[in-house]
Amino acid sequence: MNINLTLIGQAISFAIFVLFCLKYVWPPITSALRERQERITEGLAAAEQSSQKREEAEAEIATMLEDAKAQAAEIVAQAQKRSNEIVEASKDTARTEADRIKTSAQAEIEQEVVNAREDLRKQVGSIAVDGARKILGGEVNADAHAKVIDDLVGQI
Amino acid sequence: MASEGELTSTGYVQHHLQNLVFGYHPDNGLSIAANGVEAADMGFWAIHLDSMFWSVALGALFCWLFKKGADNVTSGTPGKLQNFVESIIEFVDENVRDTMTVKNPLIGPLALTIFCWVFLMNLMDLIPVDFIPYVFEHYLGVPYMKIVPSTDVNITFGISLSVFALMIYYGIKVKGLGGFFGELAFNPFSSDNFIIKWLFVPVNLLLEGVALIAKPVSLALRLFGNMYAGELIFILIALLPWYAQWALSVPWAIFHILVITLQAFIFMMLTIVYMSMAHDHH
Repeated sequence: MNINLTLIGQAISFAIFVLFCLKYVWPPITSALRERQERITEGLAAAEQSSQKREEAEAEIATMLEDAKAQAAEIVAQAQKRSNEIVEASKDTARTEADRIKTSAQAEIEQEVVNAREDLRKQVGSIAVDGARKILGGEVNADAHAKVIDDLVGQI
Repeated sequence: MASEGELTSTGYVQHHLQNLVFGYHPDNGLSIAANGVEAADMGFWAIHLDSMFWSVALGALFCWLFKKGADNVTSGTPGKLQNFVESIIEFVDENVRDTMTVKNPLIGPLALTIFCWVFLMNLMDLIPVDFIPYVFEHYLGVPYMKIVPSTDVNITFGISLSVFALMIYYGIKVKGLGGFFGELAFNPFSSDNFIIKWLFVPVNLLLEGVALIAKPVSLALRLFGNMYAGELIFILIALLPWYAQWALSVPWAIFHILVITLQAFIFMMLTIVYMSMAHDHH
């Protein structure tokens, strides 16, 4: 347990180790630690920011979805209305067309009836004249008695 | 195992407590001391080869390991070594920042070196007492080998006196020569009366001087005493029959894990506190 040169040797090596540490060990590691601390802080801030952004985006999406739904409903309603209108319109057209066809057919029928009646009248007139002639023996002149015949025909 | 060959308990213990001393012997000249008496005769101008070797080797190991960690350092995901190095440095840095009111870039590395180096030197205590000395004695022809540097009072004083020198250096640097000696001369007793104030000076100087000297002495002796006592108990346990040793050496070694860490921590912490006091104005 003698105090001797070892003490000085130890002090010298101690100084060397401390200086080594001071120069080569301490600065890079503490700076790395500080850097990492900053990066973690930044990362946490960024995470918070992005989560906030996501929330905002979600809200935006929700409103957009709402709008789209409303728009879609509106479009559907419009389309329904329009189709109803088209159906109604075509129904109307069909109805008028049918009416038109019906009236024209009726008119034609009436015309035919009139024509047939006219023919019938004429035939009945000529038959009556013929009959009368046969009865009267040629005294009846179709031309001379045209007025009478016409009256008769008109009475039929 | 005493070098003379006789296997007495006293010889065994003494052999284990003897350093490998190299120095100038009045009769033998420059040589390695063959026994404790010769070592004592060499006086101050001798050196403990074993203590120096192991302490420098362990210090170099510490520097190498931490340099390796520092070289591959990244602020991204740390590797295993970096994690290890960082956690120790962070632990030391935290203690420094909690204690020091002033910023001084030297204190962190100083505390780190003390903590790791003292811890490594203490750790040698856990190697079974005969392993390395036996190899050195029987295969390398080295008569003495004390592998725990912190059981050498020179080693502990070497560190504590360096710390003491730094204390005085920073004390004078921060407070000035007047401030530094003023602190010694006008504390703890002081008076507003000029004459009484100066009358207190001798008393104050004596008290503060003792307190100042006590710091490095207690710092060195605390570590030395703990480690020396621990080592001595390991040596005494080694005197038991070989089949019974584990019953005592295992609990003592487990307990010693706490002691060596605690002593390294105390040495570091007190160094920081002393440094902080040297920077503080009263």
